Amino acid sequence: MPDQVNIKVCMGTGGIAAGGTEVMDMFRTELDKTGIKAEVKERSNVDKVGCRGFCAKDVLVDVEVDGEVTTYECLNADMVPRIIEEHIIGGEPVTDWVTGEDYRKFNEKQIKVVLSDCGRIDPEEIDAYLDHEGYVAVKKVLTSMTPEETIESVKKSGLRGRGGGGFPTGLKWEFARKANSKQKYIICNADEGDPGAFMDRSIIEGNPHAMIEGMIIGAYGIGATKGYVYIRAEYPLAVERLRRALEHARERGFLGEKIFGTEISFDIKIKLGAGAFVCGEETALIASIEGERGLPRNKPPFPAQSGLHGKPTIINNVETLANLPYIFKNGPEWFASLGTEKSKGTKVFALTGKVNNTGLIEVPMGITLKEIIYDVGGGMEGGKEYKAVQTGGPSGGCITKDYMDLKVDYESLADIGSIMGSGGMVVLNEEDCMVNIAKFFLEFTQDESCGKCTPCRIGTKRLLEIINRITEGRGRKGDIELLLDLSEDIKDSSICGLGQTAPNPVLSTIKYFRDEYEAHINEKRCPAGVCANLLTFSVIEDNCKGCTLCVKVCPVSAITGEKKKPHLIDDELCIKCGACFDVCKFNAILKG
Amino acid sequence: MAGLAAVFGTGAMTNSLPEIEDNDVIFIIGSNTKENHPIVALRMLKAVKKGAKIIIADPRKVPLVRHSALWIQQKPGTDVALLNSMMHVIVKEGMADEKFIKERTEGYDEFLKGLDEYTPEYGEKITGVPKEKIIEAARMYGKSDKVGTFYTMGITQHSHGTENVYSLANLVMLTGNIGKRSTGLNPLRGQNNVQGSSDMGGSPVNLPGYQSVTDEKVREKFEIEWGTNLPSKPGITAIDMMHEAEVGKLKALYIMGENPALSDPDIEHTKKALKNLDLLIVQDIFLTETAELAHVVLPAVTFAEKNGTFTNTDRRVQRVRKAVEPPGEAKEDSWIIMELSKKFGYDMNYENIHKVFLEIGKLWPAFAGIDYSRIRKHGIQWPCPTKDHKGTPYLFKDGFLRGKGKFTAVKYRPSEEQPDQEYPFILTTGRELFQYHTGTMTRRVKAINEISSGPYIEVNPDDAKNLSIEAGNNVCVTSRRGSITLKAKVSDRPDKGVVFIPFHFKEAAANVLTNPKALDPVCKIPELKVCAVTIKKA
Amino acid sequence: MVLNLTIDNKEISASKDATVLEAARENGIYIPTLCDNPKLKPYGGCRLCLVEIKGLPRPVGACTTPIQEGMVVQTSTERIHKLRRTVVELLLSDHPNDCMVCVKAGDCLLQELAYLYDLQNNRFYGEKRQYTQKDGNPFLERDMEKCILCRQCVRVCEEIAGVSAIEIAYRGFKAKVCPSFEDDLNCEFCGQCVSVCPTGALSGKAWSRKGRTAKTNEVTTTCPFCGCGCSLKLRVSENEVVRVSSDPDTINEGWLCVKGRFAYEFINSPDRLDAPLIRKNGKLEKASWDETLDYIYDKMDSIKQEHGPDAIGGLLSARCTNEENYLFQKFMRAVVGTNNVDHCARL
Repeated sequence: MPDQVNIKVCMGTGGIAAGGTEVMDMFRTELDKTGIKAEVKERSNVDKVGCRGFCAKDVLVDVEVDGEVTTYECLNADMVPRIIEEHIIGGEPVTDWVTGEDYRKFNEKQIKVVLSDCGRIDPEEIDAYLDHEGYVAVKKVLTSMTPEETIESVKKSGLRGRGGGGFPTGLKWEFARKANSKQKYIICNADEGDPGAFMDRSIIEGNPHAMIEGMIIGAYGIGATKGYVYIRAEYPLAVERLRRALEHARERGFLGEKIFGTEISFDIKIKLGAGAFVCGEETALIASIEGERGLPRNKPPFPAQSGLHGKPTIINNVETLANLPYIFKNGPEWFASLGTEKSKGTKVFALTGKVNNTGLIEVPMGITLKEIIYDVGGGMEGGKEYKAVQTGGPSGGCITKDYMDLKVDYESLADIGSIMGSGGMVVLNEEDCMVNIAKFFLEFTQDESCGKCTPCRIGTKRLLEIINRITEGRGRKGDIELLLDLSEDIKDSSICGLGQTAPNPVLSTIKYFRDEYEAHINEKRCPAGVCANLLTFSVIEDNCKGCTLCVKVCPVSAITGEKKKPHLIDDELCIKCGACFDVCKFNAILKG
Repeated sequence: MAGLAAVFGTGAMTNSLPEIEDNDVIFIIGSNTKENHPIVALRMLKAVKKGAKIIIADPRKVPLVRHSALWIQQKPGTDVALLNSMMHVIVKEGMADEKFIKERTEGYDEFLKGLDEYTPEYGEKITGVPKEKIIEAARMYGKSDKVGTFYTMGITQHSHGTENVYSLANLVMLTGNIGKRSTGLNPLRGQNNVQGSSDMGGSPVNLPGYQSVTDEKVREKFEIEWGTNLPSKPGITAIDMMHEAEVGKLKALYIMGENPALSDPDIEHTKKALKNLDLLIVQDIFLTETAELAHVVLPAVTFAEKNGTFTNTDRRVQRVRKAVEPPGEAKEDSWIIMELSKKFGYDMNYENIHKVFLEIGKLWPAFAGIDYSRIRKHGIQWPCPTKDHKGTPYLFKDGFLRGKGKFTAVKYRPSEEQPDQEYPFILTTGRELFQYHTGTMTRRVKAINEISSGPYIEVNPDDAKNLSIEAGNNVCVTSRRGSITLKAKVSDRPDKGVVFIPFHFKEAAANVLTNPKALDPVCKIPELKVCAVTIKKA
Repeated sequence: MVLNLTIDNKEISASKDATVLEAARENGIYIPTLCDNPKLKPYGGCRLCLVEIKGLPRPVGACTTPIQEGMVVQTSTERIHKLRRTVVELLLSDHPNDCMVCVKAGDCLLQELAYLYDLQNNRFYGEKRQYTQKDGNPFLERDMEKCILCRQCVRVCEEIAGVSAIEIAYRGFKAKVCPSFEDDLNCEFCGQCVSVCPTGALSGKAWSRKGRTAKTNEVTTTCPFCGCGCSLKLRVSENEVVRVSSDPDTINEGWLCVKGRFAYEFINSPDRLDAPLIRKNGKLEKASWDETLDYIYDKMDSIKQEHGPDAIGGLLSARCTNEENYLFQKFMRAVVGTNNVDHCARL
């Protein structure tokens, strides 16, 4: 029997979705049964921890037996008894389920700053954070530094906004510091809305105190006494953990009156957003907090001059703020030593799409795309050919294989027509239609347009309609030019970042994959075989054995033919569902 | 208006409407401004946007309460007690404007003595308003530099209406809130030209321009201009005319554009009086309830069919211009009067209506500087004594017409009719947004009638519950004068024990219930805002 | 304080609180707008007032950008012209374009801009908003298919009227101005929203087919209802008042209430008295003016002879003009010879 057993179950949203709760419960009940209970402390032996990034292999569990840690992947509750029996009692890890090469590679090229404590500590207990030097940085700042020195340190660290624009954080603070007003505000933008993005959510779920600590430092820097976290209500777990963390911080005196015995007062309120993408735009976010409809406002004036209730307001994203405790703990020079000349530190990405290892990653600025995809990402899924990476979500663009060696930072991405954005990274392969990708993001942005300004409201709708007709085989000569022209006008004339960047996926895909557009328009053909209206399914007579499997699965009886003779697909009846293609064992269906 | 005239020497809004937006504090008492003076209310909202605070004192939760900083719900008819206790606080906390009082007023010491008993506690007992609110209102009022005070019939239509006005005048003088831009005492006039009809001598005691009929010099001036002798004996008021008609002393009545059969208190009594006349002439645009009783009905024209001027609530003289031709034989009132006058052998020979206006200017100095060519987009505010005078946005800059402003010690007197076991509710009457006055015009607008289709009584939800009345039920409302049946509207606008009926609707006329005997002794205004009624489900 | 700036190579100065749009207007430089209204807070939604400012990466709305010392502004470059043209083109691509039958034709800002930018052909076509449900309120026609989302109605309702009866619901292309839960409008019906609408989206129900602006004459007069004294502009067609509005530069700043704006129907009421009536055998019967006036004279004179002038009284009217009231009391005093004159100031 072991003396000390610690189990850490990944209980981020990904972990819970994969069955983390059941796994954790199973560990608890099964350990109870074994009698190990007598030797290890109740509850403390099974911890929930935040996301550790490797969501593709959830549920991930650390099993620590007498100081020795073994990490299991893809666990479900049924597998728990065997681990207890063989590993915890028997002393032999279940090697079949232990993480392997993938896991090693996934972690190797990552440098974890913001995520360093995620997956290591229980996000629901402030003591867990305190045990990892939590609130040390803010104490240092409030008790030994002036606000000006604080801002100077942030400037020196080279930290830039992680929400998309990449504006230097220290400079932004300085504007607000200098703005003359009794009341100032700091707002944490946790309204992460890009499809497929879950960076901020994971940070809050995994280590909410780092962000809170960062906010207190920011508030001190600019002279704010009130803070808001604007977080979407669709993140119930993050909201719950944040609420709890704020309560704990208040209990310990890190928030409220006279923090650390100083004259500094600061408190944070949670403001739930209803899930409008546009409310991630800072002026719309401010309007939403004010209780107005979340419509963006024109800039200038900028929020640092006139923001919430007309007062100087700083809005920082979750990741930006969560970096701060580490910057002040380790020194700005340390942070500045990471990354490239203009982009310092690390960046968290949500790596998704056609790679082997999907999940949440934190890599140093300047890492190449190749390293991300082939090392961290473990290579292309199914060995298919790499086509592009879409970064920056609906506001971003794509990076083709010509740029595999591109060092990823703010400037380099902007140079090739994409953006860092908040960190979405979707890997695409040969089976992805780039017109369809543009359509996907445009569908999202035009749906999320607030409707305030004409170009975004009607312009994105018209863009989408043009793309739709292209993908449906109704594209017309001149449509590409019309798309380009309208896109430029929308970019130049929209009020806020949503409209100003909404055409980016269109522009970027036309720039790099114009041939695909042309194939759709001129040849009525989708090269990747994605756009249903352009597909034709036909039988390759030489391959067809007449097994009739396709006849059975066709939902519209479009396939006819005698047994053991080549079949025929009636194109008039075919609804391009692809069922025949999927079911055919002889590669006798031609899709194209 | 007589109340104001007694204090300051003239009765009108002391400020002009545009000044409202620069008020710091707007004190509204007895006025449902948003519904009855909607555009004045917009100026008030503009002031709020600029940082002003609104205090509303009203027994009903009127719509503007939504935008107010403080709402005081006094019991109907207790305004004097409320104002006195506010002033008690102002004096006690040293917020009185001693300099203003000394330089521009008289009668202060005596007035001060009268305030002693009106502690906030005493005020609370009478008005039902928590003393904290009285104190808060007093402080808001007392500490502000630019207070605009506004009232309407909620102040005047009481048996002690004049005393209410005295009290308000005391309040503005006590705090020096008069005689400056954006500070003053402002009765909002309820009808388009009620100011003008007062100005023009629509009074038994005054010739045009508030010039007394008993003043020989005045009479002489008019006699020369009009070329005839004028009676020196003061006439009788409208309410007295009804009483005298009832007893047969008044034989003939010529009514131009009025509908007393619906607007006067105790309709049964009014109708009886009108029927008793030997000759009733009614000149109007429709066959009104009053016209139906007439011996002669004269078809007149609407505002859109004639030329002339109206004087609005802030003494602003504005043009009325003919837009369309009247129907059939309908004639302008001026034509009718002039033709009638001819029959009497007195030829009022004016070439056009402008000549009439110019004659007024000859007889009343406040109009002397105005002619039609000077009345532009924003009108011109009397007094305007000379051709180069720009008009007067606010009054009493350099002093009151009567010299010094006069403080008057006022004691709270309960309204004549108090609720009792038999008639346990206080009825208060007024207008609503969509209808206008007796509905002669608005009830002939289809869209208006869709929104505001008929009479109703507002009942507090608690009272409704006690009486088992639900919204839409027919209820029978009875006073000592009569009884009407109408639909119930359950609403938190009136306080418990108070009900409200708009007086627009002839099919259930509120004035069947109201009390004609309770008149203000000075102004002879009937107590339309308070009478006792009982209600039950019909 | 005054700031100096350059607009279209013209050196100008304007108050430090001015926006670029205000500064341009004060100096006679035309910038087209749809959502701007000087009486409302700047909104910056329509994007027609885009201008280029030296040092800024992209065009900005002139209506929301505060001026700065030394600012260099270009209002009519080719780029700006193109952006504006595209905005109008997009608006028209989601508009019924039924000017032939629209009440607002000839008086419509969108129509004017379409003409100005010579939009004979539209590069864009596609879905148009279509609403099947009509607002059932009796006063306001709300044709939201013609709405260009300038939000002036929403803003005037909140900022000026203090009512907040409407807001934009839904997002993006589906965005729509409506009362809460898309119910029928239930407000004060002041029609301030109608008065600021730049297109035919909002109009009066009673305006329909009564004559467009170009066909009507306007007469400026004063409202006959409460004592506010609002200035009215009566629009007249075929001897009928068909519409009421008010100029912004008046005592009421162009705002009206439901009565002033919509309660003019009584003028043409069939109930209007159109002939004198004399009671004969207990019934009121039509008579000529001459007969009627003689009748009055005879009766009144005999009462006066028999009972003295003080047996006669007269009530003049808060509804009538100053001149009429003056004449009435003059008649009572100088002709009848009594001071029994009063009016209803007390009621």
